[in-house]
Amino acid sequence: MSTSLQSEPALHVEELHKSFGDIKVLKGVSLTAKKHDVISIIGSSGSGKSTFLRCMNLLEFPNAGRIRVHGEQLELSQGVEQGNSKNLQSQIERIRSRLGMVFQSFNLWSHMSVLENVMLGPCTVLKRNRDSVEIQAKALLSRVGMLEKSHMYPDHLSGGQKQRVAIARALAMEPDVMLFDEPTSALDPELVNEVLLVIRELAEEGRTMIMVTHEMRFARDVSSHVIFLHQGKIEEQGPPEQLFNAPKSEHLQRFLSTQY
Amino acid sequence: MFEVLIDYWPKLLDGMSMTLKLTFISVVIAGLLSLPLAILRRSKNKAFQWPIRLFVSFFRGTPLLAQLFLIYYGSGQFREELTDLGVWWFFRDPFYCALFTFALNSTAYQLEILRGGLQAVPYGEIEAGVALGMKRTLLYRTIILPHTYRIALPALGNEIILMLKGSAIASVITLMDVMGHTRRVFSQTFDISVYFWAAIIYLMITTLFVFAWRLLEKRLTRHMYYPVNNKHLPAPKALNPPKETCHVN
Repeated sequence: MSTSLQSEPALHVEELHKSFGDIKVLKGVSLTAKKHDVISIIGSSGSGKSTFLRCMNLLEFPNAGRIRVHGEQLELSQGVEQGNSKNLQSQIERIRSRLGMVFQSFNLWSHMSVLENVMLGPCTVLKRNRDSVEIQAKALLSRVGMLEKSHMYPDHLSGGQKQRVAIARALAMEPDVMLFDEPTSALDPELVNEVLLVIRELAEEGRTMIMVTHEMRFARDVSSHVIFLHQGKIEEQGPPEQLFNAPKSEHLQRFLSTQY
Repeated sequence: MFEVLIDYWPKLLDGMSMTLKLTFISVVIAGLLSLPLAILRRSKNKAFQWPIRLFVSFFRGTPLLAQLFLIYYGSGQFREELTDLGVWWFFRDPFYCALFTFALNSTAYQLEILRGGLQAVPYGEIEAGVALGMKRTLLYRTIILPHTYRIALPALGNEIILMLKGSAIASVITLMDVMGHTRRVFSQTFDISVYFWAAIIYLMITTLFVFAWRLLEKRLTRHMYYPVNNKHLPAPKALNPPKETCHVN
């Protein structure tokens, strides 16, 4: 099993289609994340980049496409709706537990302390032993520099602190791939860096990550691969130097010129 | 004024226990029924939605007194049928009838309160649980219900107080609660001050209740308070946060 999994990409998404009513948001988008890849998805607002990310762990249910995580294949088509069968539902839940999601608005559970936030997933979904989870959670919190706040509630933290806890919460599930949905867009400018620093460390230690971001300089520094989405399609993709220094498509050129 | 209290306090105390029993049991039954019904009421399935809507609009839209008469005197009209069904012992007893009516009435109100609470749970926090791969039951247990009850608590407290005072109408179907005993004492002594003592008893119960409810609210909203001297607190223990708190202001 281990050899086949090692050669297999961490996440493979093929031909995703998604529409909201009559509006087609994704028109056949594919992506392959090999182990240790850091993929940034950029694009103007409305290009479908957040929807794309949310389709990967099925927070939005794609109308069509294929998703493959951890050797598990999920075939999606028009007729298959969320929760239609128990099998499908538990397969979706398994896939979600393999993908760590970090939200733009943090979404920490406000009625639980920082430590409880980090521990809940491993204790309940993975049904791991409390004591070992607590040790791991504290280690993760100290990594993101939040250990001394572990008994505080989210309401008493700054945005940057909340996002660092949210990252620790996602890491505690030991996911195959981390998904970041504009992790710094809701932060005050002076708080952006503390979060980017944590994400950069994760990239350097070789975690597989996919992020939607507006931080162009950061995307260029950290990514191994950049995808430019335009009107629900991949307009251009490649290594960051290529995309940022020599953009081919006119839309990307125009997009980048508004960013600096 | 005090003579009536000195002479009749055991009666009033007896009534108090009846009032508390009626209110407590019906509110607890309603509390158990209202949550599953509120969840069903929110389901997209019309077959669940409509009967519940009908139930709520009937019990909220008609007077409690009318409901009580309908069930207590109305069931007498169907005595034979109810005997055949083997439930006549239930409907012939005024205590059970009052309990039945109050429980259904309170269910309707609590259901609507909980529906509002369920609707107000921050969606992002639910989504964070979904993204971790949580099942529905787990989501409800760990995220949705703690928020729902925190949001609904003040309104639920209000509903319980209304039920407590509303229970006074049980006296018109011969139940000897505070009001029932008070009316009898008045008819024997013509001393109007007994009503004053009845009011004092109700006031005492609600005051104690409000106090207890506030403690509960404080416990459920402890994440909104700021810990005092957090540097000196002992090392955190999971799911057992520090009790020492003060308000943010």
